[in-house]
Parts: sequence; C-alpha cells; structure tokens
Amino acid sequence: MMVPDLAEGRRPYRATQPAAAEVNAKLSVQNLDAWYGATHVVKKVSMAIPARQITAVIGPSGCGKSTFVRCLNRMHECIPGARMDGRVLLDGVDIYAGDIDPVLVRRRVGMVFQKPNPFPMMSIRDNVLAGLTLTGVRPRGGEADALVERALRGAALWDEVKDSLGKRGVSLSGGQQQRLCIARALAVEPEVLLMDEPCSALDPIATTRIEDLMHSLRETYTIVIVTHNMQQAARVSQKTAFFYTGDLIEFSDTDTIFTSPRNKRTEDYITGKFG
Amino acid sequence: MAGLDPGQAKPPSRALERAFAGLCLAAALLPLLLLFVLLADVVYDGLSRLDWAFLTSYPSRRPERAGVLAGLVGSFYLVGLTALIALPLGVGAAVYLEEYGGRGRLAQIIEVNISNLAGVPSIIYGLLGLELFARTLAMGRSLLAGALMMALLVMPIVILSTREALRTVPLGMREAGLALGATRWQVTRRIVLPMSLPGILTGAILAIARAIGEAAPLIVLGALTYVDFLPDGLRSAFTVLPIQIFNWIGRPQAGFKLNAAAGIVLLLLMLLLFNGLAIYLRNYFQRRTR
Amino acid sequence: MGGETTGRGRLDVADMRRRVGAHARERVIELLLTACGVVSIVTTVAILGVLVFETASFFAEVSLAEFLLDTRWTPLFVDKHFGIWPLVAGTVLTSAIAIGVALPFGLLAAIYLSEFATPRARSLLKPALEVLAGVPTIVYGYFALVVLTPLLQRFIPDLAGFNALSPGIIMGIMIMPMICSLSEDAIFAVPESMREGAYALGAGKLQTVFRVVLPTAFSGIAASVILAISRAVGETMIVAIAAGQQPNLTANPRESVETMTTYMVQIGLGDTPTGTIEYKTLFVVGASLFVMTFAINLLSQRLSRRFREGR
Repeated sequence: MMVPDLAEGRRPYRATQPAAAEVNAKLSVQNLDAWYGATHVVKKVSMAIPARQITAVIGPSGCGKSTFVRCLNRMHECIPGARMDGRVLLDGVDIYAGDIDPVLVRRRVGMVFQKPNPFPMMSIRDNVLAGLTLTGVRPRGGEADALVERALRGAALWDEVKDSLGKRGVSLSGGQQQRLCIARALAVEPEVLLMDEPCSALDPIATTRIEDLMHSLRETYTIVIVTHNMQQAARVSQKTAFFYTGDLIEFSDTDTIFTSPRNKRTEDYITGKFG
Repeated sequence: MAGLDPGQAKPPSRALERAFAGLCLAAALLPLLLLFVLLADVVYDGLSRLDWAFLTSYPSRRPERAGVLAGLVGSFYLVGLTALIALPLGVGAAVYLEEYGGRGRLAQIIEVNISNLAGVPSIIYGLLGLELFARTLAMGRSLLAGALMMALLVMPIVILSTREALRTVPLGMREAGLALGATRWQVTRRIVLPMSLPGILTGAILAIARAIGEAAPLIVLGALTYVDFLPDGLRSAFTVLPIQIFNWIGRPQAGFKLNAAAGIVLLLLMLLLFNGLAIYLRNYFQRRTR
Repeated sequence: MGGETTGRGRLDVADMRRRVGAHARERVIELLLTACGVVSIVTTVAILGVLVFETASFFAEVSLAEFLLDTRWTPLFVDKHFGIWPLVAGTVLTSAIAIGVALPFGLLAAIYLSEFATPRARSLLKPALEVLAGVPTIVYGYFALVVLTPLLQRFIPDLAGFNALSPGIIMGIMIMPMICSLSEDAIFAVPESMREGAYALGAGKLQTVFRVVLPTAFSGIAASVILAISRAVGETMIVAIAAGQQPNLTANPRESVETMTTYMVQIGLGDTPTGTIEYKTLFVVGASLFVMTFAINLLSQRLSRRFREGR
C-alpha cells in the first residue's frame, strides 16, 4: 500500500513549453504506459484532454480505461505492484516530475469512484469537509458552513439534505451517496474531476441526476468520465476516447466517434458487435 | 474415488451413520464436560478460602495466613506495563505491514519472522528475558524486564489481530481519502484506525489477557516466588498470580492446595473480566457505528 | 475555507512541489512504523543470538558426543552427566500421550462440526471449545496433579504421584481445540462438489466422509496435528507441576519423568549463578527445544502449503 517514489517517474522538474496543438489542453498525456506487475494494461497512450469539457473514456472491461484515469491523479501507484512510464502534464507541468508531491496533485485532480464510498463514521457535513479535516485544516464555523453549502449545491444535493446535515452519510440512498462523494471532491476545489464509472452502481433515475449534474459542473471543471455505457458517453461528453486492450484506438469529438468512427474496431464496439 | 465403485459399495446404513454422528458429538462434548467438572471442583474449593484477608495478605509459611496480595498487584502492574509496550509496537508494526509495507522485501522478512515467533514456546522468551534484559541490559529480575519480555511474547498476537482488524476496512475508504489529497498517514490516522478501532481493541485485550496466565517465561526470567512487598517501581522485584499459585501447588500441605484453588479462582475472574471487557467494547462500538 | 485552498490562481509550479516539512513528517512516521515491524526481526535475532552464544559456551565445556550419547542427565549432582535423552524422552512421552488424547477427540469433533452440526450447534460449540484453549496452563497443571492423578491412582495402583500419564491427558484436552479448529478448516475447504460426486455414486454419509472428505483433507489435518505436537512439546506448566523432576529415560507413563521445559523451570526456580555450567544447561536445553519446535513448525507449514496448493 506504499506510495513508492517511482524510479521511472522521477525526473528533474523542467517547465515544458506546451506544443501548439495542446494550447487548450488541461491535461496532456504523453506516451503513457502502465503495468500491474508484469501485465501491461495501458500502452503508449497520448492524448490531450481539453479544459472545461467532458471527456468520456469507453471500451470493453479490462481495456485499461480505469487504469488510464487513475494515472491522471497518481492513484495508480497506490496499488502494490503498479508501475507507470510516460508523462502527464497538468497545465504544462509534469505531475510525475521528481519534485512533485502526488498528494498535492490529487487536490487539483479530484476523483469519484465506481461504488459510492462516503466515510461511514462521518455525518453528511463531515463527509463534505473530509478533504480539509483529513489534511489537518480546520475551517472556522461560518466558513465551513458556507463551504458545505457551496459543495452540496454544486453536487445538486443541498435541497435534499440541508435539514439533515448531521445524519450519517451512509444513511443516504445510493444516488445521494454518490452525489455526496462528488460534493466531497468539489469541496477541495479541484480543477479536474475524474469519474470512474460513477453510475454503474446506481439506478436509472439516480443516473440521470448525476448526468444532469455533470452538465452543470462542466462550466467550472474539466471532467474525465470512464463508462462502460456508450449511451451515457454519447449523452454527456464532448470528446470520447475508445480504449481496447490497453491501446487508445480512437480519440475525437463524441459526435464523430458515434456517427463516423474512423477505426473498424471502434465501429464494431459502438454498434455492439463485441463488448 | 475408486473405492466408490457402485458394484462393491454397501448400502449406506442409517443406524451406523447415527451412531457415528453421536460419537463425534460425544468427542466434542466430553472434554467440555470434563473441564466444567474440573472448574466446578476448583471453584468450590477456592471459594471456601476466598476472603478479604486472603486478598490483602502476603505469603506466609502457614497456609491459613497466606494471601495473594503481592501476586495480584504484581500481575496488574505487569499486564499494564506489558500493554503499554506491546500495543503501540504491535499496532505500529501491523499498520506498517498492512498500510505501508506492500510487497516490499523488508515487509516479507518481517511477516516470516512474526509467523515464526508465534510458534516459539513461551518459555524460550524467558531465556531471552534472562540473558538480554536481566543480564546484558542490567535490568535485573525486575518488573521492567518482565514487562519487556512479555511484550515481545504477545506482540505477534497483537500484530496478527490488528492486521485482521485493519483488513476489515474496505480499500475504497483508503482510496477515497487519498483521492482527496490526504497523505498515507492522514488516511491511516483519521480513517483506517478509527474504523478498525473496535477490532484492534478487542484483539489487543485478548492478547494481553494471555499474558495474565503466563508463568513459565517469568519463572525462567527469575521472578520471585516468595514476595512480601509490593513493587515500588520499574526496577522492583515482583511476583505474579500464576507463580504464586504454582508455588502453592508445589507445597505438600493440603492447606496450600486450597490456597492454590482460591488463587486459580481469582486468576479465572481476571481473565473473565478481560474477556468481558473485550466483548463489551466490541458491542459498544458496534452500536455506535450503526 | 482554510488557508491552504483559498486564493489560488492558475496552477504554478510551486503549487504541487513537495513541501519539505510535510514530506519529512510523513517519512519520520513511516520510519517509526517500520521500526515497530523491525522489532520482530530484532527479537528473532536476539533469541537466536542468546541461544547460540550460551550453547557454544556450554559445548566448550561439554563435548557434543557426551550430550548426544550419554543416557543420564544430572547437571545438578556432584557426579555430572549431560546426556539430553532423558529430558527428550520425558518430552516425547508426555507429548505422545497428549496427542493420543487430542487427535481422536479433536478430529471427531471437527467432523461433527463440519459434517453433522446444525448452524446453531456450531455457533455454540465453537466458542465453547475455544474456552478450553484459553484456560491458563497453570490451572490445567493443578487439575492434573490435584484431581486427575489421585483419580487415576484408584484404577492404576502403581501410578506414581508424579507421572507422565496424568499431565499428558490434561495436555491433550488443552490442545484438542487446536486440532479441532484447524482440522475443521481443512475439512471445510474440501469442495462441496467432491461430496456431491460421492453422493451421486450412491455413497452414504459415512463412506463420503471416510473415503472422500478425510483423504482429501489429509495433509491439512496432518498439518494441524503436527502444529499441536509443537504446542505440546513447548508446553511447560502442566508437566512442571504434575510430571515430576526426575530425568528418566523411560517409556512408562506411570513413572515420573522430567521434560525439557520442566528442567528449565527447575533451573529458573533455583538461584543459579550466571556463568556456571548449570546456567549454561538452561540455554542448551532451551536451544534443543527451540530446534525441535522450529523443525516441527516448518514441517506443519510445508504440509499446510501442500494442502492449499493441492486442493
């Protein structure tokens, strides 16, 4: 469970001049490889993730899409035996450079997981504030109240829980729990939000609410969503990346991918020939 | 499965099967019954001797004037000190192995060590205590030397039970904390440890309870058998309840056997107290986290 | 809003760089936790060191040949003999009696729990059996000497006041839960499909248990028994109280014997000055005990690994 200093990832910091094509890129991924032990799960992936848009990552299970997004906030390395190589630039800064603290990267690149995971021993309010209290920051009463309200409003949960902030986070429904987790991520004020199949454990109504929420979040945040649901990708995203066995097969505007994919495998996948 | 060739298989006999099930049940119940009878016997003998004077007297050459005060107080001191040393070390080691060690080489070596140490007879720890703490580190046959030795003795159990408690915290909780920008230690201290606290405490108390009944390593260490004073510090000589009982069992007079029975009742009460405490704590936390 | 996250403009380089203080703090904590783990290595090294050092100094005075070939153990007498076998014999005899009791009871109880018991009976019996293993050994010693030996003497008139039989039986009861719970794990691990296969061939419950379940779980059960042997060999207080203190090269359970552990207690009780040969015998006996239990544990680990892999 150690956070290893990845020998491969340790390079002296140097400012990188953004290439012309990446001027608008919030995250620029360059030649990213990732392994679990001896298994090569992400292979030489390069892509530029645009700011304040929703980028969907689709592909059959086991294609490396989850691992790929976990590399974007250095969560991949938290798993024993995990390893990566390549560069990920956040606003032009390589987050894998030797003097970069992964902990601080994660405060700028938030994450929401597949299964809602509010902290069971905390109230709704404490869950929202967890990002601060965990790191030893104790916001004063008024500020904390304002932050809790802002984050919960941001996650479209405020109206449902404003009278029961002291209740346990785990007492909420699955969909509410997931929005609580989004609120918890927003309270840290990240710039990028990674969502790893955030609706796969939810019912259709809760899923719709999360998708609506994503539309409004897009104005402020850069969002990357992993999904196994192609309709969801088509509904919410502006850009779509198709992964297959660790390779990035195709990456372009969502409209293009779903109407005129260039690659045969992309077409087969979105038309349901496999998956 | 050649023996199951249907041609030669006898038709299964229900009666035989019943009889065998009964035999198996008897095998499980008989030792329990025996223990129950033995315990009833010792409690019956012991209660007749158990009074206030017995609790507050030092040992004596005359059985009816002897008491367990030194052993009782010594046991409490020793167990308390042992807990103070073993808990932080054991929990720390468990946290290292579960939360930090990963698949590292050092973690593997430590794991092999712990499982081997758990199989070392307790009396061997007495040799370690005698040579290392009492002699080389010049602590003598003191309370401190005894507690350090007992701490090493129970540490593998503390580590084992703590690791089990830590494993009950879902991985998702750690990931959620890390993804919020908390460090490994912040996640451990503010999420993982609070969530696993009931399990850690229960396991730790049971591990410490084991130390209450131990006599062999303390005898080898050289804890005294005849003590007519209370420990007045870490460097003080001491005795414990099991050694006092052992001493009485070894005397020929019947009166001392009665004293031993009374001592055993006290020892069992102490164990009951600790086990009860562990169960109470577990229920208390379960109620609170529900 | 805490100061850490307010007033942030666009990302600048310094923002994600390691902060020296916070980073150092994390490293210190990790080092402290590592040190806690390293204590176990230090303990092992210290135990080995102590045993090797004192044993070496013992063999500087007594030859290995005498230790292994002499049949008498009398280090506390004027006429000193240092043959380890009487102590080994005492240990082996009491342990064998203990296993003789614990194996049938433990194994049958395990079969009951895994094959016959209702869930309710299981949930009552399992913790009750654990109580057996939790009673302090000093209490069992009292039972052996004060209750069981006089009782047995009524049936076996020539049973000595201190003997191998009574503590052996009591020790068997103490380690029976260990065999029971580990064997039950092994039996439980036999896939249900194998049982169903046997039933499908028309086998009854007994045939299934004896011809399919037990053979399949054999190495797991053997591992549990061997671990129990190690426990019996290292057990101290029961034998120290009830088996006596006479090194006796015998296989007669009615006689008084001294085990390796009892000898160590005997020396521990006396005020043996350090550096004397008596003091060193404490460690050479301890080292022999350590080697025996370690070898037995290793064998048990082997077997249980084979069981897990062969499943």
